[in-house]
Amino acid sequence: MNPKLDLLYRLADDQLILGHRNSEWNGLGPILEEDIAFSSMAQDKLGHSLQLYMLLHELGEAEPDTVAFTRNTPQFHCCQLTELPIGEYDFSLIRHFLFDHAELLRFEALADSSYEPLALVARKVKGELKYHVLHANTWVKRLGTATEEAIERMQAALEFTLPYALGIFETTEAEPEIISSGLFIGEAELQRRWEASISKVLAQTALTLPDLRLLTPVTGGRHGQHTEHLQPLLDEMAEVFRLDPTADW
Amino acid sequence: MYGSASTHDIPTKATTGLENEDPILLAEFEARIARGEKIEPTDWMPQLYRKQLTRMIEQHAHSEIIGSLPEGTWITRAPGFRRKMAQMAKVQDEVGHAQLLYSAAETLGKTREQMLSDLVNGKSKYSNVFNYPTPTWADSNVISWLIDAGAIVNQMANAKGSYGPYCRALDRICAEEAFHLKYGHDAVVHMATGTPIQRKMMQEALNRWWPAIMTFFGPSDKMSTHTEILMRWKVKMATNDACRQQFLDMYVPKIWEIGLTLPDANLRKNEDGVWEFSEPDWEDFKRVINGDGPCNAERIAVRRAAEENGAWVRRAMQQPQAKYVRPLA
Repeated sequence: MNPKLDLLYRLADDQLILGHRNSEWNGLGPILEEDIAFSSMAQDKLGHSLQLYMLLHELGEAEPDTVAFTRNTPQFHCCQLTELPIGEYDFSLIRHFLFDHAELLRFEALADSSYEPLALVARKVKGELKYHVLHANTWVKRLGTATEEAIERMQAALEFTLPYALGIFETTEAEPEIISSGLFIGEAELQRRWEASISKVLAQTALTLPDLRLLTPVTGGRHGQHTEHLQPLLDEMAEVFRLDPTADW
Repeated sequence: MYGSASTHDIPTKATTGLENEDPILLAEFEARIARGEKIEPTDWMPQLYRKQLTRMIEQHAHSEIIGSLPEGTWITRAPGFRRKMAQMAKVQDEVGHAQLLYSAAETLGKTREQMLSDLVNGKSKYSNVFNYPTPTWADSNVISWLIDAGAIVNQMANAKGSYGPYCRALDRICAEEAFHLKYGHDAVVHMATGTPIQRKMMQEALNRWWPAIMTFFGPSDKMSTHTEILMRWKVKMATNDACRQQFLDMYVPKIWEIGLTLPDANLRKNEDGVWEFSEPDWEDFKRVINGDGPCNAERIAVRRAAEENGAWVRRAMQQPQAKYVRPLA
């Protein structure tokens, strides 16, 4: 695939699917303030994905609504981390922490992309992601230093989620050209920065970061291989849209 | 949205407890309200006033969070980016309203935890319309437009009430509701003037919701007497019938204008400008509000699950040395 399309689809699909998942916290948060916070982040992520689908549209791909609401599992390039069900708050919080640290660093790097339209979007997006990371850090530090019960839950969620989080950095065949053309710094460099970034926060908690070298990353998402959770999500998302594809809703 | 049709404890002469209040303080309190002054949390107030307001604001807050559930289930199914983002923002506003309202109610002495506990234990109520199902996207649009419209009628009136923190919360809420109304109207118009499938969906949703909408403002004034003291204290600012008439006058023409019909052959405006309609089924209303509606159990079960699943987070947040501080506004 064209390196620009390859990169944009991965970025956009991650944002769309995690935005959708975050929106499922409506009415279910541990406190009202968290329903509201997850909704804000979901709205931001949906907005980010729309911007990226618009760049794809400018490159000749279909309209954002068509791209988002009519594809099926094999055509999606999100990492599997984003598609997992919301589970309990510990998992959703840890996913948010691990994913958004990577996203912030990713969009900070993309702000210097040789592909100017993407760099412009990234400069806007990174400003919003800063707050997502601030939110995640606040809660991880708070719960990661609180009761024994909270620390145990957070540690278990961290250990469950990390292999999926390593799947964020799965590369595709386009990776060498993405780097050589200056589109993006590449997944390996991003992962290096991410490890430093999460380690710094986790060091301020009672949580232990396992040796990442010993973990097997859960990959496949970037190549259209997904968990059994993605298709039901896509079916639900498109349920109304597909009732009448000719309609203006 | 969403609060309305609050079920007040109807004070009778025997139960007002006013005979136990200091008559000089009571006279001064009533004089302040008559002069249009706001009552603030640290001011003296009769027990009955405190009790009725707590109940009313608490029910309003509950209505916001329970009301966010039926519309919230359509966030993940909203068709297209534009609707998906707007639906999310709209429902988020409602949860934000609950947050504002719980804070306002807390100024009267009851904590948010107590209120949420009373909600899941069935001790306190919420707007009865949310005990009905929203089987399609069009149902969600009907709520966004017409239930929010009804709420605005009610809340604009109550924003002129006597209790400062509630009035200030309502001012902010009404400003956001005005956007919801535009959003809901836009979504309904798109459906009502869209493809045959969309038009059919919308008409069916409106037919389903109309009986509940007609009960939204609560029973007829003929049936609920004794509101005199609540009106005098500016707890209740407009009668149920007045709110219903205002709503019909504002929205029935708009509904007809976009080619939708309403399932009431008797609905019309008479020569005096008063809307006539078939009497809603108040027995059904009572049955549903007392727990036997199609969605009561489900709504409370979702809320209870959220409370139980999140309990460990709230335990972790509690610092042993922390003291409860009652918010002042």
